[in-house]
Amino acid sequence: MGPLYQIFIDPFVQMGTAPDLLVQTLWEGMVGGMLYALIALGFVLIFKASGVFNFAQGIMVVFAALTLVGLYNVGVPAFLALGLTIAVMFGLAFVVERLVLRPLVNQPDIILFMATFGLTYFLIGAGEFVFGGDPKVMITEQLFLPKGAVTYKALGGIISVQKLDVAAAVIASVMVAGLAVFFSKTRIGRALRAVADSHAAALSVGISLEQIWVIVWFAAGLVALVTGIFWGARSDVSFALDVIALKALPVLILGGLTSIPGAIVGGLIIGIGEKMWEFYWGPLIGGGTDAWFAYVIALVFLLFKPQGLFGEKIIERV
Amino acid sequence: MRAPGGPDVAVGDVLLAVENVSLSFGGVKAVSDVSFDIRKGEIRAIIGPNGAGKTSMLNVINGFYHPQQGRITFKGEARARMRPHEAASGGIARTFQNVALFRGMTALDNIMAGRTLRMHSNFFWQLLRYGPAMREEVEHRRRVEEIIDFLKIQEIRRVPVGRLPYGLQKRVELGRALAMEPELLLLDEPMAGMNLEEKEDMSRFVLDANDHYGTTIALIEHDMGVVMDLSDRVVVLDHGIKIADGTPAEVKGNQAVIDAYLGVAH
Repeated sequence: MGPLYQIFIDPFVQMGTAPDLLVQTLWEGMVGGMLYALIALGFVLIFKASGVFNFAQGIMVVFAALTLVGLYNVGVPAFLALGLTIAVMFGLAFVVERLVLRPLVNQPDIILFMATFGLTYFLIGAGEFVFGGDPKVMITEQLFLPKGAVTYKALGGIISVQKLDVAAAVIASVMVAGLAVFFSKTRIGRALRAVADSHAAALSVGISLEQIWVIVWFAAGLVALVTGIFWGARSDVSFALDVIALKALPVLILGGLTSIPGAIVGGLIIGIGEKMWEFYWGPLIGGGTDAWFAYVIALVFLLFKPQGLFGEKIIERV
Repeated sequence: MRAPGGPDVAVGDVLLAVENVSLSFGGVKAVSDVSFDIRKGEIRAIIGPNGAGKTSMLNVINGFYHPQQGRITFKGEARARMRPHEAASGGIARTFQNVALFRGMTALDNIMAGRTLRMHSNFFWQLLRYGPAMREEVEHRRRVEEIIDFLKIQEIRRVPVGRLPYGLQKRVELGRALAMEPELLLLDEPMAGMNLEEKEDMSRFVLDANDHYGTTIALIEHDMGVVMDLSDRVVVLDHGIKIADGTPAEVKGNQAVIDAYLGVAH
């Protein structure tokens, strides 16, 4: 069999002959993609409202998860620890606004971007200093998240679904729906969109930028916490997570930096694409494709659709 | 129509006074030692050649710039500096020289954004769109529709403002400022870049807003014809210094003003 057959025909034959494996791969990809989408969502929230590309979003995921587990490990009851972690994320938003954003207001974007690098290393340092650098186990049972797998006999095989993944999908959907309503229907949501469009105009109608920034960073912190809980439950809670968080960058390129639906669709495309590619095409080139697949897709998008699937097409009136 | 907070000012009394305000950026003096006042109910024009410090003055009044010296008294309350959202909640609204709208939002949403400070209902009701929040939303929407009718922009309600032609964008921006029900409305070159017909429309809206809503207006304008027709009193700046202050007729005859505009032989 020629290589052309192996690349263009054989994978589809496999999909057809073993639909159970196809469905299983799609599901796994979707779950992974959802977590990418959540990280990307955190980026989008902050970028929309303040034009800051928050490099620290990935680390905020780890930091939130680490705080939760760390508090539990020193004897704080699980739900109290969850509440305290939410408070810590609010505190972080407040401190970031005071110490990072406010002094740098009106500085070029690149300065703010670099400041978020600083924030990243600060959070890594602070997290390791307070809670230690060793990998920790996420407290899934204590938070009453389901455990184990359900298996279905279907499509001539067995499809196995982790209950935790289903819970993650449900909670993530509810959170995204909540954010969507929040953005489109409330006074604060309208103010957020206003700030995203024009700082000067927002100030002139009496919107306080400081307040809005605290709110978006807090929202991004909450998204980070939810992401951290589910991601931590799939592996361990450690700073190794932030490498995976970088996968959010291709997701953003696909979805567009300012689009919440874009972040979600982009995340799912990358997640599913990555798994499919690894499973059906990976063996041809020795596997390990999920380390680079997302970035190659991003490159292709940059060539042909640089504003992303849902990004704002930049039209200048001249 | 009155803005929240602060005492009422009777028509004809001083609403806002600028006293000995100086503002510089590094070594460049944008405004030096300027004093003038704006009385309740009047249309006050601020004119001057390019670079005279007019926009800087407006930015000081609504808190975008903080003057190094001098003070601003608004509704009897003196302060060294104003913060933009304080100015807004105190009843000062403005438009911008280069139109600053929320481009991604519709004309309706832009004008609704002007109501931000007047919405008080609880956030959770707003999320549910029920109860007090719904009643409040309906009430605000009614006020906004009034303004839309007033400015005759009914048919562009649902259009994202980025797509509108410039003249209409200026009108939406005026609508957003009016939606705040301001006591003092600052207009930075409301007719810049407009053709004659658009200028006439805009002049009528400015006069009507002043008449109909009793809004005090301070405007910067380059078109002398417009300034002379619209304004009750005019203050003239040149190189950051006040060179004249009075009725349009007085200012027109002032030698310093003529020199500033036409240049003077040295």
